[in-house]
Amino acid sequence: MSLAKKYPKEVKQILAKYPPEYKRSAVMPLLYLAQSEEGCITRDAMQDIADTLEISVTDVGAIVGFYTLYHDKKEGKYRMQVCTDLPCALRGADQFMESLCSNLGIKIGETTPDGLITLEAVTCLAACDRAPMFQVQSRDGLKYYEDMTVDKTMELIEALRHVDKETA
Amino acid sequence: MSYVLLRHRDIPDIGKLSVYKEHGGFEAFKKAVTKMKPNEVTDTVKASGLRGRGGAGFPTGMKWSFIDNKNWPHYVVANADESEPGTFKDREIMESNPFQFLEGVAIASYAVGAKAAYVYLRGEFWQIAKFLDEKIAEMEKAGVLGEKLFGTDYSLNIYTHLGAGAYICGEETAMLESIEGKRGQPRIRPPFPAVHGLYGKPTVVNNVETLANLPMILANGADWYKSLGTPDSAGVKIFSLSGRVRKPGNYELPFGTTFRQLIYEHGGGVQDGRPVKAIMPAGASSSFIVADDKVLDTQMDYATVRTLGADLGSASVIVIDDTVSLDWVINKTIHFFKHESCGKCTPCREGTYWMMHLIDRLHADGCTSADVDLLLNVARQMQNKCLCPLGEFSTMAVVTGIERFPQDFGKA
Ligand code: FES
Repeated sequence: MSLAKKYPKEVKQILAKYPPEYKRSAVMPLLYLAQSEEGCITRDAMQDIADTLEISVTDVGAIVGFYTLYHDKKEGKYRMQVCTDLPCALRGADQFMESLCSNLGIKIGETTPDGLITLEAVTCLAACDRAPMFQVQSRDGLKYYEDMTVDKTMELIEALRHVDKETA
Repeated sequence: MSYVLLRHRDIPDIGKLSVYKEHGGFEAFKKAVTKMKPNEVTDTVKASGLRGRGGAGFPTGMKWSFIDNKNWPHYVVANADESEPGTFKDREIMESNPFQFLEGVAIASYAVGAKAAYVYLRGEFWQIAKFLDEKIAEMEKAGVLGEKLFGTDYSLNIYTHLGAGAYICGEETAMLESIEGKRGQPRIRPPFPAVHGLYGKPTVVNNVETLANLPMILANGADWYKSLGTPDSAGVKIFSLSGRVRKPGNYELPFGTTFRQLIYEHGGGVQDGRPVKAIMPAGASSSFIVADDKVLDTQMDYATVRTLGADLGSASVIVIDDTVSLDWVINKTIHFFKHESCGKCTPCREGTYWMMHLIDRLHADGCTSADVDLLLNVARQMQNKCLCPLGEFSTMAVVTGIERFPQDFGKA
């Protein structure tokens, strides 16, 4: 079903932000809406957005490809994106990442066998004073976790696993 | 001295509309709309000496005065992309003192005659965008945003627009492309946004911190603002202090504060009591400053930091101690810029690619001093040839790292 049919209020609100003759501007917020619906952005969703905005599906695809927070493939349910950029790395982010990898038994970029967590290394998230830190991207949006330890992180992952089982 | 920007540290609930109002909130905007002509607002900001806080340090009032008054409508865009490694100040302002920032957006909009303003936030600020949407709605309800404000003909709406993970969108023309629903790639300038900006219309783009200053400048006057800071750099600045210090964080201080005061008095000194080896005053885009006693006692303002062979930029001060080798540091910065290069112009796209391969090879066995020379050569070749500042920024740490710390690259 198209986004406009399923979320008429949200789509209308998004379109109202931009001048009517420039509705292409709504492509980014609509992609977020599609991603929260499916967990990733499908070909059908791109076509739907292209139709709504009267642009080509190639134009929509180019946006998905350019920006790192849009995903055209399903990975883990939660993308755990650890900042390993310079300021965080000066405060131990690389070692933190290594311990996470060994605790989870996966490498950077991989997903845990149960499909729960995809571990990714990302650039600065504007939280350099609170390293080690990461954000978790899921269908519900994005959340920051700061001043983290490996223990706290493993507890969080357990909690997420628990929620996941409950809702399954 | 009480805070000018991080006022939530003095007034904890300033993020509540009623509390903000009790402390004079929206009075500056009201005064502008009801008692001042737009150009009078611009003149006040010019007289205050306020310069852009995003990194370029361009005088704000002057930037506004370039707006093309023959072409309408006008737009204001608040740059809340905050993606420079080492920078985390705009986030604190928006999270904790949101109304002062939004009032600043409103004042800038009135000054340039914009009836619509967009706040462009990096995609990772998803929660902040939601929060600002609520604050904007509260302002509309309170009658300080919307149609016919304060009984005048002036109307204004503010909208948030969320990016989706791309450092380059902090560059103002790339940001405009992104709002237009395109890939965030910079435009060739000129024409500048003041003439040809969002949707081809005259547009002013200002950083969050810059805008947050405006209510205080209108409330207390240009002379008050000028009395803070140094003759070259008026007012206060939020220094984002990170790296190997004991107490990293945001410190709002007048321009002219020394590196030593920032790092030792405020930041609690270096971890494990090590000496400071190098300072990057403007995040990953910085040149390295070789730290010694004289440098530590240098005042931080735009002109003085330049005498050290670096730019103050966004004042994101990354402290590096003597346990860290600079080849490791530039490995980080090169990978960052390689990842963030938008691919539009060849020198940056290819240059960052080759710098990455060279630094990787340097770290693999069998590196030679010829590799270091080659890396330096590639970086120098890129300089002054890139379409936008990103490409130039990517070379700063490489060139100054090798030149100023040759011993870290096996060259003594
Ligand atoms: S470097 Fe990690 S948040 Fe800035």
